[in-house]
Amino acid sequence: MQVDRLGGGGLIDRTKTLNFTFNGRPYRGFEGDTLASALLANGVRLTARSFKYHRPRGIVGSGVEEPSTLVELMGEDASGNRPVTTVPLREGLVAKSVNCWPSPEFDIGAVNQLFARFIPAGFYYKTFKWPNWHLYEPSIRKAAGLAGAPVEAPKSGHFENRYAHCDLLIAGAGPAGLMAALAAGRAGQRVMLIDEGMQAGGSLLNRNLTIEGKPAMDWVATTVCELDAMPNVTQLQNATVWGYREHNFVMVNERAPEHPSILERNWRVRAARVLCSTGAIERTLVFGNNDRPGVMLASAIQAYVNRYAVRPGKRAVIFTNNNSAYGVAADMAAAGIDIAAIIDSRETVPDAARAAVPKQEILSGHVVYSTHGGRLVKAVSVMPSNGGATRRIACDLLAVSGGWNPAVHLWSQSRGTLAYDEALSTFRPDTPVQNAISAGAANGDLTLADALRSGAEAGAGGGKTPEIPASDDLPYAVEPIWRVEQARGKAFLDMQNDVSVDDVHLALREGYDNVEHVKRYTTGGMGIDQGKVGNINIIGTVAIQKGLPLDEVGTTTFRAPYTPVSFGAIGGIREGSVSLPYRHTPITAWNLANGAFMYESGARWRRPGYFPRTGEGFQDAVNRECRAVRNDVGVYDGSPLGTFELKGRDVDKFLDHLYTNIMSTLKPGRARYGLMLSDDGLVADDGVALRLSKDRWIISTSTGHADAMNAHMEEILQTEFPDYNVFITTVTSQWNNVTICGPKAREVMEALGTAIDISPETLPFMAFADGHVAGIPARIVRVSFTGELSFEVNVAPRDLLALWEMTLEVGAPFGIAPIGSEANHVLRVEKGFLSLGHEVDGPIDPYDLGLGWAMSKKKADYFGKRSVALRRDGTTNRRELVGVIPEPDRMIPEGAPLTPGGERKATEGFVTACVYSTVHDRWVGLALLENGHSRHGETVHVRLNEGVIPARVTPPIHYDPEGERLRS
Amino acid sequence: MMNIPCPFCGPRNEAEFAFGGPVKPHRPDPNAVSEVEWTQYITTVPNPLGPVEERWWHVKGCGTWLTIWRDTRTHDIVEGPGDAG
Amino acid sequence: MHDMHNYSFASLLRHGINKHTTWPKAWRSPPLRDSYDVVIIGAGGHGLATAYYLAKEHGLTNIAVVERGWLGGGNIARNTITIRSNYMRDESIPFYVKSVALYEAMTRELNFNTMHSKRTMIDVIQNYPMMRDRRRRQHIMDIYGSTYEQISEAEVRKRIPALTGGGPDARLPVIGGMVHTDAAVNRHDAVAWGYARAIDAMGGEIHQQTAVESLVRGADGAIEGVQTNRGLIRAKKVAVAVSGHTTTLTETAGLTLPLRTMNLTAFVSEPVKPLVDVIVNCPDAGFYFSQSDKGEMVIGGAPDMGQSFRRDIKQHVFEDTVSAMLSLFPSFKKLKLMRQWGGHLDIAKDASPIMDETDVPGLFVTAGWWGGYKAIPAGGLTLAHLVATGRPHELMEAFTLKRFRHLDYVMETGTTTAR
Repeated sequence: MQVDRLGGGGLIDRTKTLNFTFNGRPYRGFEGDTLASALLANGVRLTARSFKYHRPRGIVGSGVEEPSTLVELMGEDASGNRPVTTVPLREGLVAKSVNCWPSPEFDIGAVNQLFARFIPAGFYYKTFKWPNWHLYEPSIRKAAGLAGAPVEAPKSGHFENRYAHCDLLIAGAGPAGLMAALAAGRAGQRVMLIDEGMQAGGSLLNRNLTIEGKPAMDWVATTVCELDAMPNVTQLQNATVWGYREHNFVMVNERAPEHPSILERNWRVRAARVLCSTGAIERTLVFGNNDRPGVMLASAIQAYVNRYAVRPGKRAVIFTNNNSAYGVAADMAAAGIDIAAIIDSRETVPDAARAAVPKQEILSGHVVYSTHGGRLVKAVSVMPSNGGATRRIACDLLAVSGGWNPAVHLWSQSRGTLAYDEALSTFRPDTPVQNAISAGAANGDLTLADALRSGAEAGAGGGKTPEIPASDDLPYAVEPIWRVEQARGKAFLDMQNDVSVDDVHLALREGYDNVEHVKRYTTGGMGIDQGKVGNINIIGTVAIQKGLPLDEVGTTTFRAPYTPVSFGAIGGIREGSVSLPYRHTPITAWNLANGAFMYESGARWRRPGYFPRTGEGFQDAVNRECRAVRNDVGVYDGSPLGTFELKGRDVDKFLDHLYTNIMSTLKPGRARYGLMLSDDGLVADDGVALRLSKDRWIISTSTGHADAMNAHMEEILQTEFPDYNVFITTVTSQWNNVTICGPKAREVMEALGTAIDISPETLPFMAFADGHVAGIPARIVRVSFTGELSFEVNVAPRDLLALWEMTLEVGAPFGIAPIGSEANHVLRVEKGFLSLGHEVDGPIDPYDLGLGWAMSKKKADYFGKRSVALRRDGTTNRRELVGVIPEPDRMIPEGAPLTPGGERKATEGFVTACVYSTVHDRWVGLALLENGHSRHGETVHVRLNEGVIPARVTPPIHYDPEGERLRS
Repeated sequence: MMNIPCPFCGPRNEAEFAFGGPVKPHRPDPNAVSEVEWTQYITTVPNPLGPVEERWWHVKGCGTWLTIWRDTRTHDIVEGPGDAG
Repeated sequence: MHDMHNYSFASLLRHGINKHTTWPKAWRSPPLRDSYDVVIIGAGGHGLATAYYLAKEHGLTNIAVVERGWLGGGNIARNTITIRSNYMRDESIPFYVKSVALYEAMTRELNFNTMHSKRTMIDVIQNYPMMRDRRRRQHIMDIYGSTYEQISEAEVRKRIPALTGGGPDARLPVIGGMVHTDAAVNRHDAVAWGYARAIDAMGGEIHQQTAVESLVRGADGAIEGVQTNRGLIRAKKVAVAVSGHTTTLTETAGLTLPLRTMNLTAFVSEPVKPLVDVIVNCPDAGFYFSQSDKGEMVIGGAPDMGQSFRRDIKQHVFEDTVSAMLSLFPSFKKLKLMRQWGGHLDIAKDASPIMDETDVPGLFVTAGWWGGYKAIPAGGLTLAHLVATGRPHELMEAFTLKRFRHLDYVMETGTTTAR
């Protein structure tokens, strides 16, 4: 039974009954209800328990400001901590109260009320210290949170992102926003009108006002219709402007967009102008037991009566300090609610207000100082503000109105300043910082006529202002009352976090006297509602206590989001490979089909680590691949190596700046290894440069550094050498390669068939030639990263798979094996070839790495030269690259520290790499060791927590020190 | 997310750019400056509370390294001292 | 010097009886004098800790901490409260090990509950080079008594049940984890307030709403004091502990430092019932979080590399962080963002901290703190040592300005790039 549903009226559809469940009990409501209005219609008043003291609580507001009742939705649309007032009712909705067990009626946590006296603000800073926090934390943690944590992702549907641009973004489709949209829309501007409610109208949905002599909602309907017809206007309902970033970049969270599979949409809007017509939020009044169920914001009661045709009580008292409650009183009376009294803290009540309720008893100059009742208010205690006889008035509903606060959140996020307005006794927008304006109640224009006018002017933006329709509204007047001094019982400033006046007084008494200290010490304003109804009263309470004007106390910072936004909407669909795409070579599919163990190997490349055969483990597979290369032949896909083509008259000069060694002397057809430093002398990269012709080069970089080197080269070219004639093109994905390496590599090349003379005399190490291989246009490059005879056959990507498969086919008789990065790593460690990711650590320089020969003495300058010299001048005991042989033979974890004697002392280096060498049948490694170059033959000690491993220091090359094999 | 004017592409979202750091004085001839001058050049950058001249690389666009003046307090792109004349 | 009012369960009961109307001030607001032995600029974590140790360890109590805004309102008010010592270098680890130890003892030492919760950090590793980097840390950390242990992917999932993403088919599958049992979170405001109360009790002064406009040097070039909005304050020793604004101040003394200022952002979710008990760090995905005792997920993500004093968040950086988080924690799609904020910090050329007396005699700086919350007690301890004795504390010798003279960087970034 919807016992408190009015017989007629409201913006609900009585033909559509909706069944729902709250705390396990079935109820019914109508289409157009929120969960809050439906509960009130069903006579449910006790809906929650408070966070700290577990006091009984009811519904207080009617929108996003709701500080009191949070619910958790169950089932399909499970989500927690939803203000009950913002949940649209739908068929089959299942909801429950948060923070109480087993129910708000019988809540075990209510025992906290007994200790309330001993747990004031910040009590936990003073106790729970012995023996330590861990003794207490688990039980405190159990009380944490409100709703349950989400346990699974939405089962179906997805989130979406969308970009938009507009001339004017309007946040809030109340009277001001609608007028602004009309003005701008008619002027042909691209307008986005965003509103958080289910339908446009803002305060007009809740109030019983007229425009041009007709119900205001008729005007809203006509306006929405006209806007709908404008192609330059986009209207979004059920969408919140939640963030306002720099450069007028505005974030919109659209819930339940038109497409059924889209759960929520995140709009990123770049707006030339932003209008904050976000309305105003009524503030509560602060007196004893002002949190009892049945104490509601006056404006909320007005919404329930007018919009939802719900009567939230039978006999009401109204407590106000301003005019707006009188309009509410009239609407309540019209809905058949018996108004016992209006308590107005002002000594003089303006005639205009009195005229709204001509026959009503009004106790001016009075305050409510306490309420009575248990799970529902039964009566209020009233007294004159300056003392005198008290009076108790029975009621089951107390409407409170503490005046209005412009919703300045968005404005403040834009960094616009606020100023305290004495007349309105609130903070309102002052000076904009970005291209933002505010209008309507958000700007402090608190009557309908003012809102329509300021909206129209804001929308016109200096252009033609449309005609303002005639309207009728009570003039607004307020005398602030931040807290009732005579309050008896806990007087709550922040209901959600159970922060009372006493808590704020305690904070001030103890010296926490900045408003930020008060907030943090008491937690006032730190709840999910972020203090929308209560923060101003905290500021006022601080101001009274410190004897300061409110603007000197100031506000705490308004931060995004305006209301909570799901992470799903923010992250959108950019999970996994959407935000982090893989880089593939053309043979990824072949690798997968052939059982390669694939992984991300940096720079987003997905590469084969090794190719295990059936039953083969990691080490066996890697050993087999290494033996193939050392004894017969192996092949790998070297395509991910960063590759750049440089063209122009000044490339050689440019490269001489870039590399430490001289490149300009290189002859066409030849390749040269080179090192690059950053200008502060750190090793940036190494690679090979190929000179194709006088003005045309190909250079390679390590895979992981390709992007950084691209940035580096373009930066110095465009900023340091803008006059150089050099063009850099990334060709990593244009040149793929199959690298055939091992003593039988030449035989495989011959088997593939090429007209290029690949004899060591014609095509020696560090030479290259263009032609065909196996009928495919190719460039053969004689470089080697394995230390073996090696042919890097570069082809177009479309030919890579064919060449790869042919290589394996013709190589089969020679025992060819595909090899992965793991074997490559072993082979390069045996050879002592540098891997930046392993051996370059901190300010290691080329001399430390034994690459001093690459530091040109002839060139007067190149990037890093001066810095390396300077650093070497000033530092001693440099860590230098050496080989290490663990004795006895065993594996050393990569990164393991070397300490003097293996003792627990500061390290003298670390093992950069350690691999099982198939040529030596034992573990060998590389290390950076203090003064390592002069310590060959010494025994050093690896210190692990499980023991010490002695290791013999050797030159950093374990295989073919003369390089005969790679030159063969 | 800022809206950065690229001289070739027009105003584009910041996400298309890579930050290139504040513009330092022109790289001195390393052989002509003292140690102190060199390390100063290498290690310090302008770090003003206010307008700073800085570089951005339009890496997801045309590839241009461009220079703007930006106020570090507001992120507003502003006229540099030389821009007016 | 006056006795600090003892905070205890008994005092809480006693004050409860008389409705808490007689609690004394946690710290006083004495009149500002025109000269002190030491002036510390900035009542954030490092400034307060330095003042505390100057008084406690060196008996220097004629000191003033001056603060432009409100005490504890610097980065100590806007960080993600993660305390840990899993560093990579001999220069860094002992410093942070000391800091963790000082944090652990802080509640007792200050008679103020900082709610130090040693709840372990687990790194969720999704990349082999990252695992190699972390294992390298493990071995060297062991030398200094800091613990770091590798665990399997299954164990990671057992200890973080909400981690349901990053499976074998994911873009970056979880390959294992590292456990750092020394890691903790605590209550940042309590650290600031606890220090402030102790400084006050020992006779040091804290002056809020006292903005330093410039550093004042004498004819000999040495520091002479600071010019503030409340007048000149003389001091022979001045320590700058103002995070992002270091260069703004030191430039007034004609000093250039290798620092630039940038933003780091953090955000919290709505409070929900306990779901994650450990600190979760996902270095490959680029975010970390812990769940507070109020139930909020406190999340930190990638920095915005651009120079900025705006204390802002960059939407695209933020969205990247969130989507990375959702890849590993898909159920968080339904969790809601409640509040987000930015803080600025200055980062040195080599990304390690700077604590030293500058070229201006008597002018000290503590700067370049990048994740400086965890360093507060040790930073204060060692800077106080330097200010009081003129010699660097052994724990911070590597972090002086001297290193930049020869570009001898302390680089905490390791060798993580792929082969």
